Amino acid sequence: MPRYFTRDHEWIEADGSSARVGITDYAQGQLGDITFVEVPAVGASLTKGDSAAVVDSVKAASDVYAPVGGTVTAINTALEDAPDLVNSAAESDGWLWDMDLADPTELDGLLDAAAYAELVAGQ
Amino acid sequence: MNDLNPSGWRPSLGTAEPVTKTGNRALELEEPLIFEIGDAARCGVDFDACEGDILPGLRLRAAPVDVPGLSEPETVRHYTRLSRQNYAIDLGLFPLGSCTMKHNPRLNEKVARMPGFAAVHPLQPQSSVEGALTVIAELADWLVQLTGMAAVAMSPKAGAHGELCGLLAIRAALEARGEAATRRVILVPESAHGTNPATAAFAGFGVATIPAGPDGRVDLAALLARLGPDVAGVMVTNPNTCGLFERDLKTIADAVHAAGGYVYCDGANFNAIVGRVRPGDLGVDAMHINLHKTFSTPHGGGGPGAGPVVLSAALAPHAPLPYVVRDPDGRPRLVESAAERPETFGRMCAFHGQMGMFTRALAYILTHGADGLAQVSGDAVLNANYVLARLRDVLDAPFAKTGLCMHEALFSDAGFADGFSTLDLAKGLIDEGFHPMTVYFPLVVHGAMLIEPTETESRAGLDQFIAAMRSLADRARAGDESLHTAPHFAPRRRLDETLAARKPRLVWTAP
Amino acid sequence: MRTLPLTEADRAAMLGAIGAGSIDDLFVDVPADALLPGPIPGLPFHASERAVERHMAALSARALTADDAPFFCGAGAYRHHVPASVDHLIQRGEFLTAYTPYQPEIAQGTLQVLFEFQTQVARLFGCDLANASLYDGSTACWEAIAMATRVTKRSRAVLSGGLHPHYAETAATMARFAGDSLVTLPPRAETDSDDAAVIAAIDGETAAVVVQYPDVLGRIPDLAAIAEAAHAMGALLIAVVTEPVALGLIESPGTLGADVVVGEGQALGVGLQFGGPYLGLFACSAKFVRQMPGRLCGETLDADGRRGFVLTLSTREQHIRREKATSNICTNSGLCALAFSIHLTLLGGGGLMRMAELSHARAVATARRLEAIPGVSLINRVWFNEFAVHLPRPAADVVEALAARGVLGGVPLSRLCPDRADLADVLLIAATECTDPADIAALGSALEEVLA
Repeated sequence: MPRYFTRDHEWIEADGSSARVGITDYAQGQLGDITFVEVPAVGASLTKGDSAAVVDSVKAASDVYAPVGGTVTAINTALEDAPDLVNSAAESDGWLWDMDLADPTELDGLLDAAAYAELVAGQ
Repeated sequence: MNDLNPSGWRPSLGTAEPVTKTGNRALELEEPLIFEIGDAARCGVDFDACEGDILPGLRLRAAPVDVPGLSEPETVRHYTRLSRQNYAIDLGLFPLGSCTMKHNPRLNEKVARMPGFAAVHPLQPQSSVEGALTVIAELADWLVQLTGMAAVAMSPKAGAHGELCGLLAIRAALEARGEAATRRVILVPESAHGTNPATAAFAGFGVATIPAGPDGRVDLAALLARLGPDVAGVMVTNPNTCGLFERDLKTIADAVHAAGGYVYCDGANFNAIVGRVRPGDLGVDAMHINLHKTFSTPHGGGGPGAGPVVLSAALAPHAPLPYVVRDPDGRPRLVESAAERPETFGRMCAFHGQMGMFTRALAYILTHGADGLAQVSGDAVLNANYVLARLRDVLDAPFAKTGLCMHEALFSDAGFADGFSTLDLAKGLIDEGFHPMTVYFPLVVHGAMLIEPTETESRAGLDQFIAAMRSLADRARAGDESLHTAPHFAPRRRLDETLAARKPRLVWTAP
Repeated sequence: MRTLPLTEADRAAMLGAIGAGSIDDLFVDVPADALLPGPIPGLPFHASERAVERHMAALSARALTADDAPFFCGAGAYRHHVPASVDHLIQRGEFLTAYTPYQPEIAQGTLQVLFEFQTQVARLFGCDLANASLYDGSTACWEAIAMATRVTKRSRAVLSGGLHPHYAETAATMARFAGDSLVTLPPRAETDSDDAAVIAAIDGETAAVVVQYPDVLGRIPDLAAIAEAAHAMGALLIAVVTEPVALGLIESPGTLGADVVVGEGQALGVGLQFGGPYLGLFACSAKFVRQMPGRLCGETLDADGRRGFVLTLSTREQHIRREKATSNICTNSGLCALAFSIHLTLLGGGGLMRMAELSHARAVATARRLEAIPGVSLINRVWFNEFAVHLPRPAADVVEALAARGVLGGVPLSRLCPDRADLADVLLIAATECTDPADIAALGSALEEVLA
């Protein structure tokens, strides 16, 4: 399944018209120990660029933006008790939400893995 | 110096690691929670004999509130032991930048407890509290004179509450002009304290951030470019949180006024200019005054503060209720009804403000007078510049590489060894017997360290602090590993804040 | 000057180290036309400690104080006896002159007190959690409404007519600017609280219903019934307690179903102080923890595994979230929280109940004495330590006449509701354990004289 990245350090993995979203391993490393994750409500309608989730560390609260538009279909309830999953497995078990895509072509504007790696290397 | 041990006496010292059964270390005493030492059977209060009945029809609770009691000696010991785990101004220099930890004269405490101020009810007939009302009016007169403003609202309960007061007065003024719907944005410099944008949002405004220029002051061009018909006003801190005077404030104020907005000044740093500069002369429309900073009321481990707000003639009619006026015969009176002040934006809290802080602040002001207050700001700025001059060869001062600062000196972590941070230096300062400076604020400087010695420090005290700082700067630059694990000698080592935030335990529960 | 340690020699040497000629030269960044040439004209110069003390003492003498007069004022501020050890302990410099505990390794004293305080307040109010204090009861009340709007994503609140009018006005000011709508029921001088009207006003858009317990006339609303009605509509019940000593005798609001309980903590440890500084109490259900305003202290461990305390969940707060913070509050009422906590530790649950029984008994005795006066009629059916009466004349005039006779006889409701001519004859009367039988007798005979 194709995985895309944003300049704001979200990843999104699409499967047809649905997708799973999280923050990148690079981002979790920058944030330090994650203490709390506020995920969107199931059923919430997101527009590309909306602040959809908040990832807290001890000294910072960082907004997670919707990489594309759509409707939230599921959230990662495991994060409620184990926000550190975002630290240990940002790009797998530490996912944030699933969504149905409003317009799959929005994915075309995102970065691929190589472009994202280049972005991170430059920071 | 004399020979300290002329007889050469030494006890026979072993090499074993000392341990104690109790966990105590002599005067450093571990203290359990009241829930672990108290119980429902104990009480530290003696009551008069009780006669009389419980009213029939009053539904009583099933059991007493589940909080433990302690006898008086146990209580005194519990809190005395806890107190000894705190750092305090009474113990030493407390260089928290922008927080202004100056000595709290004890006369303040004495006068605040005088019965005509402490033992009067806020809703007694005004005729029975003339002295208390006079205190409020005298303090109000001083604040107006010292700031060169038209009026003052006395009721705000702390600095952030004062910010809210100022912004609500601006909203009310815009409403009166019929422009509240269009002027929705407050401009806030990025070096501002977090309360500024939070207050603007709480008051119903949007926030637009104005960058800092390379010299640490507001980027004048960027601010002027952002002015327009949607701007309600600007919030500026002067002197700012980089410890610098905003030279362009008058220019900013004139431009904001010309564009139809108002100027809010965060008065957190008024102590740097009191008696020498009047914000009213710089075009300010509203400014709160933290009585616990400039006028030495105690910080109390986090309040209470007091945040009277001085107002320009344009905003004065919108001041909140209650409002202190002097009647023609000079007697002070509280106006509590909107009928007498129809343009007020309303009430922001019950009663009349922080009386207990007014008495302390007035005692401080009367003690110093117009001459002494100018000396206060002069010595505050002198002490800060002395620290700056003596540290800038070992610490990076991004905005004062050669120049001066106001009442606080700002340094960055540039030059520290890899992996060494401002936090390490701050924790090392604890081991040296000082409270750390303000760290990681303002946000415009990497690893910011903001040092405000205040005017109540002696030169010898400053020299000792400077020596500690120079040593710590050397260790941070050299990469002394023991800084990573500092503090070593405090009642506690570094605390696990991640654990606290991930699994919050905010109340005690029986194990 | 005694607060300034620098000598002229110090100043000269330090200016030399800086490379400046004078202190005035340090103000080089201030535009010349804004820098005053000398001390501000017309203001007095410095004064000795003795002179200032004398001035303040002379002002203090111009008062009729609760220490001197039979005293019956309440309406949100109560005179309870503060044990001498409370004032002694809060004046220890390590508490008095400490800062907000941002450096926990050297602030465990303040932090442990806050942790104990939070636990005491939560238990007193019957809630899961409490914060480390807010400014006062009225601002805590608005913060609770604001939190309810965040939690429910609704913007309408219903305020009982029994809510202290200053609290209702504070909420009205804030709601107007925040864009929330308030339904504020009018205060009524009736026997029972306005529970039915409150329940009728709750609808599906209501974020919160705000009910004072006991209410401003001393009546005791049926919180359980209101909670049930609120919850049925998806609204939160915010209970407001202005006299926490009442909870020594009557059930805690959280136990009766309130989701948020806020209050004024002044009655314990803080004293009257002409209205401030006071102590905002804020407690609620654990599920709202991330939406709470103000500072929170939490338990954790240090690097050696020892128990310690820190300020936590700071990402809710202004210094991190800036314009997205749950509140703009920064400084709160730390020292008042300490005083409250010490007083409650001295009392314990048993002592609080005893203090409440005494206060109640004295209020009952006061009511019985006043009822016997022709023209005076009691409004309440039940009360804790405060009740309301109708007088045959405007209560404000009567209170002035009583003060002239050296009695502080209560708070006229018109002081709180100046626009309600129909309430002008209502007097609010409070008693506490400090109200002696002789005080009650003095009020009784003075009122008889005034009304004669």
